Amino acid sequence: MEIKNGIKCVVWDLDNTLWDGVLSEGDEVTLKPQIKEILEELDHRGILLSVASKNNLDDAMNKLKEFGIDHYFLYPQIHWEPKSKSLDAIRQSINIGMDTLLFVDDRPFELDEVKSVHAAINCVHADHYQELLDHPSLIPPFITEDSVKRRLMYLEDMKRKQEEEAFSGTSEEFLKSLGMKFIISEAEEEDLKRAEELTVRTNQLNSTGRIYSYDELNHFRESSAHKLFVCELSDKYGSYGKIGIALAELTDTHWHIKLLIMSCRVISHGVGTVLLTHIMQQAKQANKRLLADFKNTERNKMMYVSYRFSNFKEIAKAEDGFVILENDLTTIQKFPPYIELLVQ
Amino acid sequence: MSMHEQIRNFIQDNLVVFDDEVEFSNEDNIFELGFVNSLFAMKLVTYIESEFNTTIESDEMDINNFNTIDNIVNFISSKTVYQ
Repeated sequence: MEIKNGIKCVVWDLDNTLWDGVLSEGDEVTLKPQIKEILEELDHRGILLSVASKNNLDDAMNKLKEFGIDHYFLYPQIHWEPKSKSLDAIRQSINIGMDTLLFVDDRPFELDEVKSVHAAINCVHADHYQELLDHPSLIPPFITEDSVKRRLMYLEDMKRKQEEEAFSGTSEEFLKSLGMKFIISEAEEEDLKRAEELTVRTNQLNSTGRIYSYDELNHFRESSAHKLFVCELSDKYGSYGKIGIALAELTDTHWHIKLLIMSCRVISHGVGTVLLTHIMQQAKQANKRLLADFKNTERNKMMYVSYRFSNFKEIAKAEDGFVILENDLTTIQKFPPYIELLVQ
Repeated sequence: MSMHEQIRNFIQDNLVVFDDEVEFSNEDNIFELGFVNSLFAMKLVTYIESEFNTTIESDEMDINNFNTIDNIVNFISSKTVYQ
């Protein structure tokens, strides 16, 4: 086993690692020998524990509870996303270096996948789990009162974050208290760097996954047959900068949205459809039909749902998985009551 | 709890309404009562899929299936009948 010194957190797979059997296949799983003692001892040493498992969240958590070990795990990642993502989420939540994480899994594929994305992480095959307690990387020089309490401190922190998240997602009072300003304008040259960056980076809420270069965007900005919108958000904490762009192609009969991007950072602010609503209003004023391209990228379902819930309908399937949506513009939502909209 | 109540509770908890005091019936268009942002849209779809153990296909993502409590309940019932 090659593990760097100073491991702060051990992340466990579940099926055939922490327990024998595969839960989602209906196996009657049983904890591997000595697992409980190992978890307890690591926890006592102040080494944090977490889970990265491809499973149904509720089933797996219930099973961990049944075994009486659920309380050990911080930020458990139980879903079907790649484990490299899970490890990233755990690392970010606990806020430690990737090289202080140790990942234990029985499947070479998972170990390799994680390692391929996070070169610095330490990986160990589940076969070696019984050697962990004796490995120097998991024996801290001192065990202090703080080590023993470490997990509890993180748990408190986790609860605070959860409360904040629950609050930000739902409460309109909270949204109103932010004093949000949403500014929409047509792109200026100085906006293009950021616009280009958004096309490259923001893949979760990109309506087509298309990527445009600076020069292409500059061409659209100057073209009279296109409109390139950018939007900016600020609230009482300051400005989030440019958080969305939209490219529309203008013809005699219609406006055609070729690209719509919203930064994931601001989705919890409830402003994901404001730019779209603005374009719908503008197209209606110009007496044009409104079309939009959409392509499923596996990560932009929210964008599709937003289009459909804004009354866009699929009218055609184009090549390469693109669909074309049309909006008859008979019903356009009002803007949300919790933002001040400025159009420049 | 009936399916109507379940859906109503979800909407009350998650939709940002234009008027705080608003009361709405099972037939009222929720898209006119409040601001349906991306987050709400996605939450509603995810909620229905997980709570009623179903998958909403692209062609079912029609606003008319989701604009009133009645329509949502009818939609879910029509899905689960075939399972």
